[in-house]
Amino acid sequence: MSHLIDIVVAFLRGAGRATIFFGLVLAAVPSALMRPRLLAQQVYAVGVLSMVIIVVSGSFVGMVLALQGYRTLVGFGAEESLGVLVALGVVRELGPVLTALLFAGRAGSAVTAEIGLMRATDQLSGMEMMAVDPVRRVVAPRFIAGFLSMPLLAAIFSVMAIGVAGGHLIGVQLLGVDEGAYWSQIHAQVEFNDVWNGVVKSVVFGTAVSWIAVYQGYHALPTSSGVSDATKNTVVMSSLAILALDFILTAFMFEGV
Amino acid sequence: MDHSSDNLVRIRGLHFRFGPRVIFDGADFDFERGKVTAVMGPSGIGKTTLLRIMGGQYKPDAGSVHVDGVDVPALKRRELFEYRKRLALMFQNGALLTDLNVFDNVAFPLREHSKLPESMIADLVLMKLEAVGLRGARDLFPEECSGGMQRRIAFARAVALDPMMVMYDEPFTGQDPMNLGVLARLVRKLNDALGTTSIIVSHDVAETLDISDYVYLISDGKVAAQGTADEIRRSGVESIRQFLKGEPDGPVPFHVKAPEYRKDLMGEAA
Repeated sequence: MSHLIDIVVAFLRGAGRATIFFGLVLAAVPSALMRPRLLAQQVYAVGVLSMVIIVVSGSFVGMVLALQGYRTLVGFGAEESLGVLVALGVVRELGPVLTALLFAGRAGSAVTAEIGLMRATDQLSGMEMMAVDPVRRVVAPRFIAGFLSMPLLAAIFSVMAIGVAGGHLIGVQLLGVDEGAYWSQIHAQVEFNDVWNGVVKSVVFGTAVSWIAVYQGYHALPTSSGVSDATKNTVVMSSLAILALDFILTAFMFEGV
Repeated sequence: MDHSSDNLVRIRGLHFRFGPRVIFDGADFDFERGKVTAVMGPSGIGKTTLLRIMGGQYKPDAGSVHVDGVDVPALKRRELFEYRKRLALMFQNGALLTDLNVFDNVAFPLREHSKLPESMIADLVLMKLEAVGLRGARDLFPEECSGGMQRRIAFARAVALDPMMVMYDEPFTGQDPMNLGVLARLVRKLNDALGTTSIIVSHDVAETLDISDYVYLISDGKVAAQGTADEIRRSGVESIRQFLKGEPDGPVPFHVKAPEYRKDLMGEAA
């Protein structure tokens, strides 16, 4: 029983510290926005360098969805609805969720390891002693970069899955679904709300992953195993947070329908 | 205790502990303006902790810490950053920013804290690098530099803003004899040329005594001895002689307190 209480207290203490840290990061955002060069460097590191994995994954997810969907739809003579199936699945769910999971593995872990190593090698303490606030100089630009990059990466994922190499390539080019029907069904059935919900999800996931990544890195123990643990925690906690938040957001969004 | 009336730093009744471990147990220090003062003692005795307390990174459990009249533990976050602009701490490992080259590392505090044009920053950086003999290494990255070079880059960066006080954390550790001499002369030269106040934390006896105006020896959380370098060298106190001569055993025991050896081996120790 006392062990359970210890775990709960430790969890609450961690949650409290993470919330205070989030407040510090948000307070540092305006000053980070005043340094576009620094921000551009981080958007490149966090966002642009994640594009390859997002483009490739989006293409394969779209292709698999098209193959699986076509098998089912063709039995009902409804293969012309393939575009809608792929588009709704990707825009509402798979785009934001898979992009966020890949983003956590690719960019979140890199941000944590980078900040954690800066902690372990006294670079953050060095900045503090030079009267440079590391939350402003190091943490906030990385947080903003993650926040901005995630929705854009999710959009790229969806475009690749639906329109370019995924559903379109397999459905239209390979399986012979009529191209006009493919696009017109998407146009008719996918509503603005579906796209908007996907955008909201990707913004929430981007915030969560970036917050977890910078928090874990900044509070990593200054040892090799400490940095390794922090990196692992970022991937595990981000993945769980993404899936849990997806459930909560989806429940609210369905309620609104 | 007041070895001069012109003290930049005044610490009284310093108490500090890490968990159950007592680091300082009522220690007093005075660091005179414009002088090089050394704080010496065995590893793990709290020398680096003292620097971090003066830099406001740790708060003492009790006691007062005044630097140039500023009550350091009482400073709020914003005030602390303002205070730190006037001092520099050179970390044991240099703490250079690994994604910046030598030039940008030295320029870092200038770019962060001044609105000087880039051409003037370039001149200042080259002057600092010239002072430490590394003007020719400006384009290298820290990982391309030797340990001694990294310390010298950290020297140049530490004095980039001409601080009122420079704190050196083990500046000589792990250096070959030639580098050691170079670094020791640099500390003295920079102190005298810039008119700053230097505090060296070290356990490299000979080099530190050679360049220091005043020396503190700490042991068991207290100041065990203090005086000019010559006074310390001539001291007859057994624990000081043991430390200066590097004898493994004496008043400061070689063995950490432990159960009886035979009982430990036989598995009988509690």
